[in-house]
Amino acid sequence: MPEVATRELTFAQAIREALAEEMRRDSRVCIFGEDVAEAGTPFKVLSGLVEEFGRERVMDTPISEAGFTGMGVGAAMTGLRPVVDIMFGDFLTLTMDQLVNQAAKVHYMSGGTWKVPMVLRTTLGATRRSAAQHSQSLHAWLSHVPGLKVVMPSTPYDAKGLLKTAIRDENPVVFFEDKMMYKQKGPVPEEEYTIPFGAADVKRKGEDITIVATSSMVQVALGAADLLEKIGVDAEVIDPRTTWPLDEKTLIESAKKTSRAMVVDEGYGRYGVTGEIASVIAEGAFYNLEAPVKRMGAMHVPIPFSPPLEDVTVPTEQEVFEAARTLCGKG
Amino acid sequence: MTIATEQSKANAALKTEQWMRMYRRMVMIREFEEQVNELYTRALMPGLAHLYVGEEAVAVGICEALQPTDYITSTHRGHGHCVAKGASPDRMFAELLGKEAGYCRGKGGSMHIADPATGNLGANAIVGGSAGIATGAALSSKRLGTGQVAVCFFGEGALGQGVLYEVMNLAALWKLPVIYVCENNLYTEYTHYSETTAGDILARGTAFGVHAESVDGQDVRAVYAAAQRLVDGARKGEGPAFLVCATYRYSGHHVGDINREYYRSKQEEQEWKTKRDPIKNFTAWLIDQKLSDASTLGGIQSEVRAEMKAAVEFAITAPYPTAEQAEEDVYA
Ligand SMILES: Cc1ncc(C[n+]2csc(CCOP(=O)(O)OP(=O)(O)O)c2C)c(N)n1
Ligand SMILES: [Mg+2]
Repeated sequence: MPEVATRELTFAQAIREALAEEMRRDSRVCIFGEDVAEAGTPFKVLSGLVEEFGRERVMDTPISEAGFTGMGVGAAMTGLRPVVDIMFGDFLTLTMDQLVNQAAKVHYMSGGTWKVPMVLRTTLGATRRSAAQHSQSLHAWLSHVPGLKVVMPSTPYDAKGLLKTAIRDENPVVFFEDKMMYKQKGPVPEEEYTIPFGAADVKRKGEDITIVATSSMVQVALGAADLLEKIGVDAEVIDPRTTWPLDEKTLIESAKKTSRAMVVDEGYGRYGVTGEIASVIAEGAFYNLEAPVKRMGAMHVPIPFSPPLEDVTVPTEQEVFEAARTLCGKG
Repeated sequence: MTIATEQSKANAALKTEQWMRMYRRMVMIREFEEQVNELYTRALMPGLAHLYVGEEAVAVGICEALQPTDYITSTHRGHGHCVAKGASPDRMFAELLGKEAGYCRGKGGSMHIADPATGNLGANAIVGGSAGIATGAALSSKRLGTGQVAVCFFGEGALGQGVLYEVMNLAALWKLPVIYVCENNLYTEYTHYSETTAGDILARGTAFGVHAESVDGQDVRAVYAAAQRLVDGARKGEGPAFLVCATYRYSGHHVGDINREYYRSKQEEQEWKTKRDPIKNFTAWLIDQKLSDASTLGGIQSEVRAEMKAAVEFAITAPYPTAEQAEEDVYA
């Protein structure tokens, strides 16, 4: 975060600004997806872009996720820089062949001859009362596959800088936005900047416990850190910002310093991002740890619609606080 | 009286009863959706809902041609299909409010109502997501020899999904008793279908040798007549059919879609509402044919409205599931 206080943008505005700047900078950059033009997506993230760049570059598609993601791959291979919009992360399932068997493989499989400079933007996150097919956080699936970079910003500042990096990357990047975060504000400088992949950000410095949190869970972890402070526990909160490449060094160094670590992520725990990060920490900081690394993720159920059910499926500030307190032997 | 006239009188009476049932069902759907909108504006409903107002004749005309044991699959805009297939509004409202008494015990909400008792395999929040399920149900029917027909409802937006064509091909090859009912309400969310749909829609069925036809989806009698013919054919083993219903949604894509002028004009909405309203036009026909009169029909409307209000009250006061239930029905 820069030192000087800057203007504030919402998460959605930061994304839009990154896209607009990159589209001005590079005429090859184009957007396609459902209701991206005049509607500016259901979340209004892209409002105004079609007015500036026209329908040649901001293209409404039919509801054909597999088809237009595949076109993104082909267009990226042959001279465009497509930013493909998948309205809800749940619809990634429809794009999987194009992402996993095509986009992720082309460069390697062609002996390094072809490149796929494509970005696929989509969402994650529950608690919007949208039920099981519109609430999933499926970033672990893609982080599993060699050939894909996976980005999950947690602030407007990070969103803008990381999206610009994604668009300039020569290879396929999947970019996850927490749909509950679009209206959240944060400082974003006027000046041009980018954020490299594979560089974790320490969101809060601390000495007693490392809480690694991603995307939607970063604010939850920061809230828990405030609660921990009240009982004399000084938590460090680290956001890896990209699950691949993963900044293992920063995570391990922090855990070595604090000797206790937990990982919070909105995906499912099993075979998930928390498992991967916990094992990185366990391997790298084993001799400095005073407790096993704790993992917290979504409850292992399809996300239910009913509010009292949905609310217990996602880690809360209070739950993270309690788990951290236990880990620190304070109750 | 000859036996023949007696029979034709009996048939006419039966027919009248059927028309009145269809009228009531259409009114039920409209009144149901009124209440949904009300629940949304009063901030009593979690999340959003996609209203079926304006499209009532499609669900009612189709489902009138079905047996209770026949299957349907439905969409994100599914309340009308549910009501038309015989679901009870109180349990539907309970589901919309996330209550334990709901059809899915609160786990599904507006976009996922399912009810084995009425052959409802479930509404689906993935566009085109139920094409496989409906076709699979038709496969069961054929293999098990049950004589059931499956109807797959979907919006014209689902024409963009490849899975639809994969299963249409299979259904034609295997002569499965499935009817693909496309509700062409002109819009996929905020985009006119002409911007996303190339060529001839019917040809997408005929290319596979699937019998395809279109019908005025605002005319419940026309929808019913077409459905009856196609369902009979499917039941007799003639294979799948594709029915495209021209219709219109009166409200927004969902209850929160209030300002729509950037994608469609108020005038267009007004025209459909005044000239092509399925309930108004059917009402006029019933009166014109002396099958009913304004006061009887008005009476039904008030009755239905009262029923819906009571159903909403039931749902509002019904208890939520308990947090532990989040982990019920999880087998893996
Ligand atoms: C696979 C998939 N892509 C996108 C969406 C988001 N979405 C929900 S409804 C809708 C439009 C559907 O249009 P149509 O099929 O015509 O049905 P209508 O809403 O008009 O009844 C879209 C794009 C979705 N639910 N599923
Ligand atoms: Mg439509």
